Amino acid sequence: MRKSNKMLVKMLSLLLVIVMVVSVLYGCKKSSSSSESEKEKSEETIKVGILHSLSGTMSISEVSLKDAELMAIEEINNNGGVLGKKLEPIVEDGASDWPTFAEKAKKLLQKDKVAVIFGCWTSASRKAVLPVVEENNGLLFYPVQYEGLESSPNIFYMGAAPNQQIVPAVKWLFDNGKKRFYLLGSDYVFPRTANKIIKAYLKYLGGVVVGEEYTPLGHTDYSSVINKIKAAKPDVAFNTLNGDSNVAFFKQLKDAGIDAKTLPVMSVSIAEEEIKGIGPEYLKGHLVAWNYFQSVDTPENKEFVEKYKKKYGEDRVTDDPIEAAYIGVYLWAKAVEKAGSTDVDKVREAAKGIEFNAPEGPVKIDGDNQHLYKTVRIGEILENGQIRELWKTNEPVKPDPYLKGYEWAKGLSEQ
Amino acid sequence: MKNISYWFSNIFNALSVGSIYILIAMGLVITFGLMKIINMAHGEFIMLGAYTTYVIQNIFEKYWKSFFDYYILVAIPVAFIVGFLIGVFIEKTIVKRLYERTLDSLLLTWGISLILQQLVRNIFGAPNVEVKTPQWMSKQINFTSHLFIPSRRLFILVVAISLLILMFILLNKTVIGLRIKAVLQNREIASALGINSEEIDSLSFGIGTGLAGVAGCCLTMLGPIGPSMGTNYIIDAFMIVILGGMGYLPGVIISSLIIGFLKTFFELNMSTTMAKVLIFIIIILILQFKPHGLYYRPERSAV
Repeated sequence: MRKSNKMLVKMLSLLLVIVMVVSVLYGCKKSSSSSESEKEKSEETIKVGILHSLSGTMSISEVSLKDAELMAIEEINNNGGVLGKKLEPIVEDGASDWPTFAEKAKKLLQKDKVAVIFGCWTSASRKAVLPVVEENNGLLFYPVQYEGLESSPNIFYMGAAPNQQIVPAVKWLFDNGKKRFYLLGSDYVFPRTANKIIKAYLKYLGGVVVGEEYTPLGHTDYSSVINKIKAAKPDVAFNTLNGDSNVAFFKQLKDAGIDAKTLPVMSVSIAEEEIKGIGPEYLKGHLVAWNYFQSVDTPENKEFVEKYKKKYGEDRVTDDPIEAAYIGVYLWAKAVEKAGSTDVDKVREAAKGIEFNAPEGPVKIDGDNQHLYKTVRIGEILENGQIRELWKTNEPVKPDPYLKGYEWAKGLSEQ
Repeated sequence: MKNISYWFSNIFNALSVGSIYILIAMGLVITFGLMKIINMAHGEFIMLGAYTTYVIQNIFEKYWKSFFDYYILVAIPVAFIVGFLIGVFIEKTIVKRLYERTLDSLLLTWGISLILQQLVRNIFGAPNVEVKTPQWMSKQINFTSHLFIPSRRLFILVVAISLLILMFILLNKTVIGLRIKAVLQNREIASALGINSEEIDSLSFGIGTGLAGVAGCCLTMLGPIGPSMGTNYIIDAFMIVILGGMGYLPGVIISSLIIGFLKTFFELNMSTTMAKVLIFIIIILILQFKPHGLYYRPERSAV
C-alpha cells in the first residue's frame, strides 16, 4: 500500500516538473524569438518599445494592450512599414512594479534606442516613467483614461481626460434625474482625484453627495460598505474601484438584493474585458462611461474587432483601452510619416492636429496638451457582456486635462 | 433608522465575514501554526482551489448541463484533492528540507507562490475568469422584505462549520490524527515508536493546502478569480492564526469571529482603510498582553 502511494507521488511529481519546465521553456521561446532576429534586422528597421505588465496583478489588464499594439505594428508592417522601414517591436515586462517600469523604460531608450514607447496602465507606472522619458527625450504613448492634471511634452495621452469621461457621465446622470450620489473608489490617486472633480461639479449642478468611501486596492469584502450604501439611499453609485475589488463588489451587491433598477452603478474602470472576469449576470443594467465600446457601429470598428478576434481568438473582446493602445501606434506612425523622421522633437511638432479615423470614430491630437479629441459615450451593460450605447456626444470633445474651461473647476488643479 | 433588520443583517454579515476568515485560515493553522512553515504560498493554494472550481464548472457546463446547479458539490472535494496533491508534491520536494528553518521557509514558499501564479497565468491567461454561481445559491432567504440573508453566504457558513467539525474529528478521534499530533509534538519519540514521520509531515502539509483549496472554491462565489487573487487573503490568514494562538483550532474560531465583528462594525462607522488600521492596532495590543495569541498552552500544543 505504502509503496504504491510513493509511486503515485513520484509520478505526480514528475508530471508537475514536466509541466513547469514546459511552461518555462514556452515563455523563453517566446521572448528569444524577438532577440534572434534583432541582429539581422537592426539596420533597416525602426525599433519601437512596448512596456506593459505581463506578470503580476496588472497583467490582468495590460496583456491585451500589448496584443493590440503588436497587431497594429504587424498591420503597419504589412502595409510597407513607416518611412519604408519595418517596425520592430521590443517587448518589456513592467511586472506590475513601478520602479521596474522606470528601469525598463530607461533600458528601452538608452540601450535599445527605441523611437517610441507604447505602454503603462496605472497612473503610478506612468508617473514612474515620466521623468525617464523627459530626461532622455523619449516618447511615451499612454493608452488609458486617467485623472488628468498632467501634460508632459514627452507623453501623448490616448485615453480620456476627466472632461471626456467623468464630467459628462455626471452630467448625464444628473440630467436623467439622479441627484443623490454615493462615491465609491479604491484608495489611490485616480479615484480620489476623480471624486474631487465629481464633488465640485455636483455642487455646481445642485446635486448631493450622500456618502464617500474608499477601500484599499485588493479589498474583497464589501458587505458593510453595501449596508452603508443602502442606509444612505442614493439615486446612483459612482464607482471608481479598480481591479479585483470590482468583482467582489458587484457579486456582493447582487447578493444584497440590489440590482440596476434599485440602484444603478456608474463605473469608469469597467470595460468589456473586465465584464468577462466579473460575470455579466452581476453587471446587467449597470452603467459605464467610455469613449469606445466593442459594439460601436463604425466600419473601422467592425474591421478592428474582426481582425483582433481572428488573431487572438473568438472569445477575446475589445474595449476602450485596447482600442486606445491600437490607435496610439497608428497616430505615432502618421506623425513619423509627416515628420519624415523618427526624431522625437520633429515627431512632436508633426503630431499636432493629426487626425485619424479610429474604430471609436474620428480622433485628433490636440497640439497644446497632447491629448486626443474623443467622442464620449454612456452605455448599459447587457447580459451577453457587451455594452449598449445609450448616449454619445455629437462630435469629439476637446481634451481639457486641467479642466481650465470649466468655471466650477477653479482651484481643483492647485494642491 | 437602526431597527432590528439593520442589526440582524449586520450581525449576519459579521458571522459571514468570520466564517470566510475561518475558511482561509484553517489550512494555515496546520502548515504555519503546527508545522511552523511560514507558508507564503498559502494564498496560491486558495487560488488553485478557485481555478479547480472554474475547470469543474466548465466541464459541467459542457458535458452535464442538467446537473450544472450541483457542480459546486463536486468542486469542493476536487478542490481539496488538487490542493492536497500539489501540497504533498511540494512538501516532498521542497518543504521537507525546511523544518526548523522557519525564515528560509518564508523565502522559499514565497518563491513557490510566484511560480504558481505565473504557471496559472501561462495556462489560463492573465485576465480574471468567471465562475457562475448555481441558481439556488444566487437567491436570498427572505424573512421580511427588509430582512433577508444571501444564500451563498449561508452556504459558506455551513461549509466552514462542517469543515471545522471534520477537522476536529480527524485530529481528535482518528488514528491518523493521533499520529499527526504525536509527530508534531515530538518527532524523535514518535518515530522511535514506529510512526513514519516523513509520511505524516507530507500528509499534514497536504491537508493544510487541501483546506486552502476548499477555501478557494468557496471564495469563487464572493470574490475575484485570477492568478494573483491569493495575495488578497494571505495577510488576513496569518493575522488570524497568530491572533488565535498558533495551531489551535478553537483559537482560530475565536479570532475569526472577533475580527469579523470588529471589521463589520468598524467599517459601518468609519472608512474601510481606517477600520483596517484600527483592527491592526487592536491586534497589536492584544499580542502585547498575550504574546502567544488568545489560546496558548505552554506545552507544544496540537489542536
